[in-house]
Amino acid sequence: MISSFDPAIWRRQAHGSLVILKKNVLLYYLKPPVLIFGVVFPVFFFLAFKMGRNVPPGGVVPGMVAMALWFTASAIGPLVTPWERGAKTWERLISTPVSIRSILTGDVLSGFVFGSAVSVIPVILGLLLTTAHIVNLPLLAFGILGGALTFASLGVLLSSPPASSPSNIMLLSNLVRLPLLFVSGIFVPIEQMPAWAGWVAPLSPLSYASALIRAAYGSAPYFPVWLCFLMLFLFTTVMFAASCRFHRMYRAKGL
Amino acid sequence: MSNGMTEKESVIRVDGLSRRFGDLTAVDDISFQVGRGEIFGFLGPNGAGKTTTVRMLTGVIEPTSGSATIQGHDIRKESILSREHIAVVPEQANVYLDLSVWRNLMLMAELYGVPRDRRVSSGERLLEALGLLNRKDSKARELSKGLKQRLMLCAALVTEPEVLFLDEPTSGLDVQSARLIRKIVTELNADGLTVFLTTHNMVEAGDICSRVAIINKGRIAAIDTPGKLRSMVRQRRYVEAQFKGQSPPHEKLESLPGVIRLESSQGVLRLYTEAPGSVATLLAVLSDSLGLELEQLNTREPSLEDVFLYYTGDGGSR
Repeated sequence: MISSFDPAIWRRQAHGSLVILKKNVLLYYLKPPVLIFGVVFPVFFFLAFKMGRNVPPGGVVPGMVAMALWFTASAIGPLVTPWERGAKTWERLISTPVSIRSILTGDVLSGFVFGSAVSVIPVILGLLLTTAHIVNLPLLAFGILGGALTFASLGVLLSSPPASSPSNIMLLSNLVRLPLLFVSGIFVPIEQMPAWAGWVAPLSPLSYASALIRAAYGSAPYFPVWLCFLMLFLFTTVMFAASCRFHRMYRAKGL
Repeated sequence: MSNGMTEKESVIRVDGLSRRFGDLTAVDDISFQVGRGEIFGFLGPNGAGKTTTVRMLTGVIEPTSGSATIQGHDIRKESILSREHIAVVPEQANVYLDLSVWRNLMLMAELYGVPRDRRVSSGERLLEALGLLNRKDSKARELSKGLKQRLMLCAALVTEPEVLFLDEPTSGLDVQSARLIRKIVTELNADGLTVFLTTHNMVEAGDICSRVAIINKGRIAAIDTPGKLRSMVRQRRYVEAQFKGQSPPHEKLESLPGVIRLESSQGVLRLYTEAPGSVATLLAVLSDSLGLELEQLNTREPSLEDVFLYYTGDGGSR
C-alpha cells in the first residue's frame, strides 16, 4: 500500500504500470484466446448480423466499431491474471515493488491500447468499403478512447476471481459480455428496441460508447453526449476500484 | 528469539508474526531477526509454515497479526518500500516461458527500476556466471528445469537486491545446477548480500547457513548456528562400530554405561550416547574381552538432519 503521497514512489509505480503494459504486449496480444474472443468473435457476429439483410451502412459501421471495441478492449484483462496464476508467474510479480493497483493499471492500459488500435480497422474499412461517413471525428476518437478504457477496466474486473485456468474466466467474461451486447444498441438502436431493453440499456457501459460512436457517424445520440462521458468515467472508476479491491482480496488464492 | 542484534544490524526483523487460514494457524507468533550479510536458513517439515512466512515477508500475503520490517520498512505499512530491497525466488514460481532468457531478465530489472546501462551489464555478467549466456536468445520454455532455476536466480539478482529470498532453490535440480546456485549464492553473500533460505536439504543448510531457524507446526522450535544446534542435541551423538565377523550380543551393548539407545543396520552398530568417548573405550574393552575384532570405531556428532528430526518430533528420545 502506498501510505502517503510521495512523487518519487508514484513515478516508479507509473513506470511499473508501463513495464506491465510492455510485458502484456509481448506475451498476450497474440494469444489464441485474445484473437478468438477479441477479433474473430466480433467479425462473425458482424457477418451473422449483416448477411442477407438490407441494413444501411450508417447503422452497420458504428455498430461494428462499437462491437470490435467491446470485445477487443475487454479481451486482455480476463486472460492475463488467470494465465499468470496458471503459469506460476503471478507470485513473483506481486512480490516486486509494483503495487497491485499499478499492475492492474498496466493491465487496463493493455486492453485500452489493444482495443483502441483494433477498432481503427472497422473505422477504416467502413470509410473505404461503405458510404458511411464520420461527421464528428473528435467525438469518434473520444468515444473509442473512453469506451476502450471502460471496457478494459471491465476486463480486469472480470479477471478478479481466483481461477488458475484462463478458460474459466473467459467463460465468465462471455457470460457478461454477450448479453450486454444485445441490449446496448449495437445491432438495433436502443430507441427501436422493446421497452424492457430500454430500461436495461443504461446499465451497460457499452450503451454509452455505442451512443457516442453513433453520434460521430451522424445519428442522434440516445443519451446526451455529456452523460455518455460521465457514465463511462463512472463505470471506469467503479470497476477499477472494485477490481483493485478484489485482486487484493484474492491475490494469494490458488498460489 | 533475539540474538542481541541491534535495529541497525538486523535487515529482517520479525516480531510475533502470525497467519491464520480459517481455523488453521499456519504461522503462530514467530519472532526472529536476520543480520546484514547472513545466510539465514529456515528449515521445517512440509506444512510447517516456511512458505507462508516467506510469502508474508515478501508481501504476497498479509499477516493476521504481528509485525515485520525489512531494512526498517514495515511490511504492511510500507509494503512497496520493503519490497524494493528484496528479490524472491519462490518455490513454485516460473519464468515467462514465451519470453527469451534476456527479455525475462530485463523485464524483472525494469520492474525494479534498474537503469538501462546497469541492467544490461549486470544481466550479461549474471548470465555468464550462471552458464546461460549462450542461451540468451532462447525462449525460456526451451530450458531444462535446472536452467530455468538458474534463470530465476539471474532474474532475482539482476534487480540488485539487498536481501534475497530463496524458497527451496535447489529442490529437484541436477547436481551441477544445484552446486552452481550454491556457489553463486555463497559468493554474493561474501560481497554483502543477505540471504533468507528455506530448504529441506540439511547438508546444504549445514554447509552454507550462518544461522538456522527450525520451524515446526508454525512455531520456531530452535534458532542458532548449525554448530551450536548440533551441540545442543547431545542425545543424538553416537559411536559407530563395525566388527569383523560376529558382533557382541545386543543386550551387552545396551547395558554399557552411558548408552541411551542402540541401532543396527547391515552390520553397522550405532550406540547413541551423551559421552561418545567413554562409550567407545568401553566398547573396545568389551570386544577385547569377548575376543572379537573391531573393523572400525568412530565417534559421531549429530548432523543437522538429526537436529531437525529432534526438534520436529521425529527424533525419538527428545
